[in-house]
Amino acid sequence: MTLWLAIPLSILIIGGSLFSVLAALGLLRLPDVYTRMHAASKAGTVGSGLLLIAAGLGSQDAAILVRALAGFCFFILTAPVSAHLLARAAHISRVPLDAASVRDDYAREEKGRG
Amino acid sequence: MMTRLVILVLFTLVWAAVTGSFTPLNLAFGLVLSGLALFLIRENVQPSRIAIRPFKALALILLFFRELALSAFRVAILVTRPRMNLKPGIFAFPLTVDRDFEITLLANLITLTPGTLSVDVSEDRRVLYVHALDCADPEATIRDIANGFEAKILEAFR
Repeated sequence: MTLWLAIPLSILIIGGSLFSVLAALGLLRLPDVYTRMHAASKAGTVGSGLLLIAAGLGSQDAAILVRALAGFCFFILTAPVSAHLLARAAHISRVPLDAASVRDDYAREEKGRG
Repeated sequence: MMTRLVILVLFTLVWAAVTGSFTPLNLAFGLVLSGLALFLIRENVQPSRIAIRPFKALALILLFFRELALSAFRVAILVTRPRMNLKPGIFAFPLTVDRDFEITLLANLITLTPGTLSVDVSEDRRVLYVHALDCADPEATIRDIANGFEAKILEAFR
Protein backbone atom coordinates (compact mmCIF):
# COMPACT_ATOMS: atom_id res chain seq x y z
CA MET A 1 0.00 0.00 0.00
CA THR A 2 1.42 3.35 -0.99
CA LEU A 3 1.72 6.29 1.35
CA TRP A 4 -0.76 8.26 -0.76
CA LEU A 5 -3.44 5.72 -0.03
CA ALA A 6 -2.38 5.06 3.55
CA ILE A 7 -2.68 8.69 4.70
CA PRO A 8 -6.28 9.35 3.60
CA LEU A 9 -7.20 5.86 4.79
CA SER A 10 -5.84 6.55 8.26
CA ILE A 11 -7.71 9.85 8.36
CA LEU A 12 -10.95 8.11 7.37
CA ILE A 13 -10.49 5.35 9.95
CA ILE A 14 -9.56 7.71 12.78
CA GLY A 15 -12.41 10.07 11.85
CA GLY A 16 -14.91 7.21 11.67
CA SER A 17 -13.81 5.77 15.00
CA LEU A 18 -13.93 9.22 16.61
CA PHE A 19 -17.51 9.84 15.47
CA SER A 20 -18.54 6.36 16.63
CA VAL A 21 -17.06 7.00 20.09
CA LEU A 22 -18.78 10.38 20.24
CA ALA A 23 -22.10 8.80 19.24
CA ALA A 24 -21.68 6.32 22.12
CA LEU A 25 -20.75 9.16 24.48
CA GLY A 26 -23.85 11.02 23.34
CA LEU A 27 -26.02 7.99 24.15
CA LEU A 28 -24.58 8.00 27.67
CA ARG A 29 -24.67 11.72 28.38
CA LEU A 30 -27.82 13.07 26.72
CA PRO A 31 -30.81 13.25 29.08
CA ASP A 32 -33.73 11.48 27.37
CA VAL A 33 -34.52 9.01 24.58
CA TYR A 34 -35.35 11.75 22.06
CA THR A 35 -32.10 13.68 22.43
CA ARG A 36 -30.21 10.37 22.42
CA MET A 37 -31.64 9.50 19.02
CA HIS A 38 -29.92 12.63 17.69
CA ALA A 39 -26.50 11.28 18.65
CA ALA A 40 -27.26 7.77 17.39
CA SER A 41 -28.66 8.83 14.03
CA LYS A 42 -26.17 11.55 13.04
CA ALA A 43 -22.78 10.83 14.57
CA GLY A 44 -23.46 7.09 14.21
CA THR A 45 -24.23 7.37 10.50
CA VAL A 46 -21.16 9.50 9.77
CA GLY A 47 -18.93 7.24 11.89
CA SER A 48 -19.97 3.98 10.27
CA GLY A 49 -20.08 5.65 6.84
CA LEU A 50 -16.46 6.80 7.08
CA LEU A 51 -15.37 3.35 8.30
CA LEU A 52 -17.21 1.63 5.42
CA ILE A 53 -15.59 3.91 2.85
CA ALA A 54 -12.19 3.27 4.44
CA ALA A 55 -12.78 -0.49 4.28
CA GLY A 56 -13.79 -0.22 0.61
CA LEU A 57 -10.78 1.90 -0.36
CA GLY A 58 -8.39 -0.20 1.73
CA SER A 59 -9.35 -3.39 -0.06
CA GLN A 60 -8.19 -1.85 -3.39
CA ASP A 61 -10.82 -3.97 -5.08
CA ALA A 62 -13.56 -2.31 -7.13
CA ALA A 63 -16.13 -4.98 -6.26
CA ILE A 64 -15.62 -4.50 -2.52
CA LEU A 65 -15.58 -0.70 -2.86
CA VAL A 66 -18.93 -0.76 -4.69
CA ARG A 67 -20.35 -3.01 -1.98
CA ALA A 68 -19.08 -0.70 0.76
CA LEU A 69 -20.65 2.31 -0.98
CA ALA A 70 -23.93 0.41 -1.35
CA GLY A 71 -23.78 -0.31 2.38
CA PHE A 72 -23.23 3.38 3.07
CA CYS A 73 -26.27 4.28 0.93
CA PHE A 74 -28.44 1.73 2.76
CA PHE A 75 -27.24 3.15 6.06
CA ILE A 76 -28.23 6.68 5.04
CA LEU A 77 -31.64 5.42 3.91
CA THR A 78 -32.40 3.34 7.01
CA ALA A 79 -30.79 5.19 9.96
CA PRO A 80 -33.26 8.11 9.92
CA VAL A 81 -36.20 5.73 9.61
CA SER A 82 -35.16 3.72 12.67
CA ALA A 83 -34.47 6.90 14.67
CA HIS A 84 -37.88 8.25 13.68
CA LEU A 85 -39.67 4.98 14.58
CA LEU A 86 -37.94 4.72 17.97
CA ALA A 87 -38.77 8.32 18.84
CA ARG A 88 -42.38 7.87 17.69
CA ALA A 89 -42.80 4.60 19.60
CA ALA A 90 -41.34 6.22 22.73
CA HIS A 91 -43.74 9.14 22.51
CA ILE A 92 -46.77 6.93 21.92
CA SER A 93 -45.86 4.81 24.97
CA ARG A 94 -45.70 8.08 26.93
CA VAL A 95 -41.99 8.24 27.65
CA PRO A 96 -41.69 11.79 29.00
CA LEU A 97 -39.42 14.39 27.45
CA ASP A 98 -36.56 15.60 29.62
CA ALA A 99 -37.49 18.23 32.23
CA ALA A 100 -35.43 20.84 30.35
CA SER A 101 -37.72 20.53 27.34
CA VAL A 102 -39.50 23.73 26.39
CA ARG A 103 -42.22 22.59 24.04
CA ASP A 104 -44.23 19.56 22.86
CA ASP A 105 -46.56 20.20 19.95
CA TYR A 106 -46.85 16.46 19.30
CA ALA A 107 -48.80 15.87 22.55
CA ARG A 108 -51.75 17.78 21.06
CA GLU A 109 -51.83 15.58 17.96
CA GLU A 110 -51.85 12.43 20.07
CA LYS A 111 -54.70 13.74 22.22
CA GLY A 112 -56.63 14.45 19.03
CA ARG A 113 -56.22 10.84 17.97
CA GLY A 114 -57.68 9.72 21.29
CA MET B 1 -44.97 1.19 -16.93
CA MET B 2 -41.99 3.52 -17.33
CA THR B 3 -41.66 3.86 -13.57
CA ARG B 4 -41.60 0.07 -13.08
CA LEU B 5 -38.98 -0.33 -15.79
CA VAL B 6 -36.74 2.28 -14.16
CA ILE B 7 -37.18 0.60 -10.77
CA LEU B 8 -36.39 -2.79 -12.30
CA VAL B 9 -33.14 -1.52 -13.83
CA LEU B 10 -32.25 0.26 -10.59
CA PHE B 11 -32.87 -2.87 -8.50
CA THR B 12 -30.76 -4.95 -10.89
CA LEU B 13 -27.87 -2.49 -10.64
CA VAL B 14 -28.13 -2.46 -6.83
CA TRP B 15 -28.06 -6.27 -6.84
CA ALA B 16 -24.95 -6.27 -9.04
CA ALA B 17 -23.32 -3.70 -6.75
CA VAL B 18 -24.14 -5.60 -3.57
CA THR B 19 -22.92 -8.94 -4.94
CA GLY B 20 -19.92 -7.18 -6.48
CA SER B 21 -20.10 -8.82 -9.88
CA PHE B 22 -21.32 -7.34 -13.17
CA THR B 23 -21.19 -10.52 -15.29
CA PRO B 24 -24.16 -11.05 -17.69
CA LEU B 25 -25.25 -14.15 -15.74
CA ASN B 26 -25.35 -12.28 -12.43
CA LEU B 27 -27.16 -9.34 -14.05
CA ALA B 28 -29.78 -11.73 -15.44
CA PHE B 29 -30.17 -13.33 -12.00
CA GLY B 30 -30.50 -9.84 -10.50
CA LEU B 31 -33.18 -9.01 -13.05
CA VAL B 32 -35.19 -12.10 -12.03
CA LEU B 33 -34.81 -11.24 -8.33
CA SER B 34 -35.80 -7.61 -8.99
CA GLY B 35 -38.89 -8.78 -10.85
CA LEU B 36 -39.84 -10.97 -7.88
CA ALA B 37 -39.19 -8.17 -5.38
CA LEU B 38 -41.23 -5.73 -7.45
CA PHE B 39 -44.03 -8.29 -7.67
CA LEU B 40 -44.07 -8.56 -3.85
CA ILE B 41 -44.39 -4.79 -3.35
CA ARG B 42 -46.65 -4.19 -6.38
CA GLU B 43 -49.40 -2.70 -4.19
CA ASN B 44 -47.03 -0.04 -2.86
CA VAL B 45 -45.49 1.08 -6.14
CA GLN B 46 -48.12 3.27 -7.70
CA PRO B 47 -47.00 4.61 -11.05
CA SER B 48 -46.93 8.37 -10.80
CA ARG B 49 -45.56 11.16 -12.88
CA ILE B 50 -42.46 12.32 -11.08
CA ALA B 51 -40.46 14.90 -12.98
CA ILE B 52 -36.85 14.86 -11.82
CA ARG B 53 -34.53 17.72 -12.63
CA PRO B 54 -31.10 16.02 -12.48
CA PHE B 55 -29.02 19.08 -11.63
CA LYS B 56 -31.38 20.28 -8.92
CA ALA B 57 -31.46 16.73 -7.52
CA LEU B 58 -27.66 16.70 -7.51
CA ALA B 59 -27.64 20.06 -5.71
CA LEU B 60 -29.99 18.54 -3.12
CA ILE B 61 -27.64 15.57 -2.61
CA LEU B 62 -24.62 17.87 -2.19
CA LEU B 63 -26.53 20.06 0.27
CA PHE B 64 -27.49 16.93 2.17
CA PHE B 65 -23.91 15.68 2.59
CA ARG B 66 -22.76 19.13 3.74
CA GLU B 67 -25.56 19.29 6.30
CA LEU B 68 -24.85 15.71 7.46
CA ALA B 69 -21.19 16.55 8.11
CA LEU B 70 -22.16 19.77 9.91
CA SER B 71 -24.70 17.95 12.04
CA ALA B 72 -22.28 15.21 13.07
CA PHE B 73 -19.79 17.89 14.11
CA ARG B 74 -22.48 19.71 16.06
CA VAL B 75 -23.47 16.57 17.97
CA ALA B 76 -19.76 15.82 18.54
CA ILE B 77 -19.12 19.27 20.01
CA LEU B 78 -22.30 19.13 22.07
CA VAL B 79 -21.56 15.80 23.77
CA THR B 80 -17.96 16.68 24.60
CA ARG B 81 -18.94 19.92 26.34
CA PRO B 82 -18.87 19.60 30.12
CA ARG B 83 -22.22 21.38 30.54
CA MET B 84 -24.76 20.66 27.84
CA ASN B 85 -27.12 23.60 27.55
CA LEU B 86 -30.13 21.85 26.10
CA LYS B 87 -33.54 23.32 25.41
CA PRO B 88 -35.08 20.36 23.61
CA GLY B 89 -38.66 20.21 22.43
CA ILE B 90 -41.01 19.03 19.71
CA PHE B 91 -42.37 21.62 17.29
CA ALA B 92 -44.88 21.31 14.47
CA PHE B 93 -43.58 21.96 10.96
CA PRO B 94 -46.31 22.95 8.46
CA LEU B 95 -45.69 20.95 5.27
CA THR B 96 -45.87 22.47 1.81
CA VAL B 97 -44.92 19.24 0.02
CA ASP B 98 -47.85 16.83 -0.11
CA ARG B 99 -46.80 13.67 -1.95
CA ASP B 100 -45.76 10.67 0.11
CA PHE B 101 -42.26 10.27 -1.28
CA GLU B 102 -41.58 13.98 -0.84
CA ILE B 103 -42.67 13.86 2.80
CA THR B 104 -40.51 10.75 3.37
CA LEU B 105 -37.54 12.42 1.73
CA LEU B 106 -37.99 15.62 3.73
CA ALA B 107 -38.39 13.67 7.00
CA ASN B 108 -35.20 11.70 6.34
CA LEU B 109 -33.27 14.85 5.42
CA ILE B 110 -34.51 16.60 8.56
CA THR B 111 -33.41 13.69 10.74
CA LEU B 112 -29.88 13.74 9.38
CA THR B 113 -29.38 17.48 9.68
CA PRO B 114 -28.18 19.58 12.62
CA GLY B 115 -30.24 19.38 15.78
CA THR B 116 -33.51 18.11 14.30
CA LEU B 117 -35.22 14.71 14.26
CA SER B 118 -38.55 13.85 12.61
CA VAL B 119 -40.91 12.15 15.05
CA ASP B 120 -44.17 11.75 13.16
CA VAL B 121 -46.42 13.13 10.47
CA SER B 122 -49.99 14.15 11.29
CA GLU B 123 -52.84 12.06 9.95
CA ASP B 124 -53.89 14.67 7.38
CA ARG B 125 -50.26 14.90 6.16
CA ARG B 126 -50.13 18.63 6.71
CA VAL B 127 -47.82 18.77 9.72
CA LEU B 128 -44.50 17.11 10.46
CA TYR B 129 -43.57 16.82 14.14
CA VAL B 130 -39.88 17.53 14.61
CA HIS B 131 -37.81 17.11 17.76
CA ALA B 132 -35.08 19.73 18.11
CA LEU B 133 -32.11 19.81 20.48
CA ASP B 134 -32.48 23.58 20.63
CA CYS B 135 -36.14 24.50 20.56
CA ALA B 136 -35.70 28.05 21.90
CA ASP B 137 -36.62 29.59 18.54
CA PRO B 138 -38.65 27.07 16.50
CA GLU B 139 -39.83 29.77 14.05
CA ALA B 140 -36.26 30.26 12.82
CA THR B 141 -35.76 26.49 12.41
CA ILE B 142 -39.06 26.21 10.51
CA ARG B 143 -37.94 29.02 8.20
CA ASP B 144 -34.57 27.32 7.63
CA ILE B 145 -36.16 24.00 6.66
CA ALA B 146 -38.84 25.59 4.48
CA ASN B 147 -36.34 27.76 2.59
CA GLY B 148 -33.66 25.06 2.50
CA PHE B 149 -34.61 21.41 2.03
CA GLU B 150 -38.28 21.85 1.27
CA ALA B 151 -37.62 24.51 -1.39
CA LYS B 152 -34.90 22.30 -2.93
CA ILE B 153 -37.21 19.27 -3.00
CA LEU B 154 -39.89 21.31 -4.74
CA GLU B 155 -37.30 22.51 -7.27
CA ALA B 156 -35.95 19.03 -7.93
CA PHE B 157 -39.21 17.08 -8.30
CA ARG B 158 -41.81 19.47 -9.67
